[in-house]
Amino acid sequence: MPNEPSDNHPRTLYCRCAYAQTVPQGVKDDVLRRLSDSGRNFEAVSDLCEMSARRDPRLKEIAGCGGQVNIVACYPRAVQWLFHAAESPLPEEGVEVLNMRERSAEDIASQLNLESA
Amino acid sequence: MTNEEETPMQVVVYEGEGAAVLPSSTRYDVLTRLLDRGYAVSRAAGNGQGAVEPRAGETERLLVLGDFPDGAPDLEDSSGEVEIDTLTITDLGGEEVLELVEARREGRPMNQPGAWKPWFPVIDYDRCTNCMQCLSFCLFDVYGVDAEQKIQVQNNDNCKTNCPACSRVCPEVAIMFPKYSGGPINGDKVDPKDLEREKMKVDISSLLGGDIYSSLRNRSEEAKSRFSKERSPDKALTERKKCLIKLQGDGLIPAEVLENLPSPEEIQRRADEAAAKAKAALDAQAH
Repeated sequence: MPNEPSDNHPRTLYCRCAYAQTVPQGVKDDVLRRLSDSGRNFEAVSDLCEMSARRDPRLKEIAGCGGQVNIVACYPRAVQWLFHAAESPLPEEGVEVLNMRERSAEDIASQLNLESA
Repeated sequence: MTNEEETPMQVVVYEGEGAAVLPSSTRYDVLTRLLDRGYAVSRAAGNGQGAVEPRAGETERLLVLGDFPDGAPDLEDSSGEVEIDTLTITDLGGEEVLELVEARREGRPMNQPGAWKPWFPVIDYDRCTNCMQCLSFCLFDVYGVDAEQKIQVQNNDNCKTNCPACSRVCPEVAIMFPKYSGGPINGDKVDPKDLEREKMKVDISSLLGGDIYSSLRNRSEEAKSRFSKERSPDKALTERKKCLIKLQGDGLIPAEVLENLPSPEEIQRRADEAAAKAKAALDAQAH
């Protein structure tokens, strides 16, 4: 199953923020490269804002999956209420948002325990 | 917009059982090109969990990409709800893969980065006090109330791209635009100093006559008037540019919004309508 953790790692969702250049290009490229090279399963979306505007059903599925989820995107407050705006509120426990607007790729990779495959 | 567009076809880059592991550079190239084109992409790694299984309600179409040495497998969703297709991408580069994926989309509409910007207010209900200032301020009918008279964003499509004006009149700094450059409007933490600054902006708007849009419109009209009196296109243009630069510099409203404002009469009508909606919601809350 492509969306399940490949081992004991939490589910990982990466936002490309492709509809606007608000996340530093270098950071989002570097994080994606590290995820790609990690050998781990992950999900990547083009833009969480766009999905929220469209109330994409995948947001509900992610919010309701029940396990630990790492969302690599932007500010946690923005991500939390983007899900809420799409009628898919995130649970209070089990979700960690990693902010690519403020943190380095190395820092995020470390938090995700990413290693090259 | 855009809200009406279909959920994009979901793509899986598959490297599990029955598929070869892609070269690192190819995988990354494919991922970036698909994401930058607007697709959602999952990476299914070679970890022995070889099944590809879409989640119910998540998507209607799933396209599985992979280097399949023994040929692409026939896949079928057990629920019958999801159409699953496969695509062999052996020795292909990211650009070629994107072209093939686009062809499989068969013209179905989807949003595209670059063609539209998802710009709309996002309310932080941990901060919102339901004061209705945003509803009474916005002239574009973006806000409304639900059955419990709670403020909500009802018409994303009406929001003017790059205009964060409503977030600046919110006394609680509860309105975010995640694509905005600066905090706390972009979702960054709200500092007590931000709160004071936002309150001050409301006071400024009151001093301007309580309606920033009217004030801006008046300033624009004044600039036009000078243009006609002076009969000097160059001078008038300079004045207009100065006016726009000042307004943009204030960070209140983007130039294109100013240029596309309706007539003063229409602004008044919309302002009255918004104020009436806000008053009705506040009255309902009080009872």
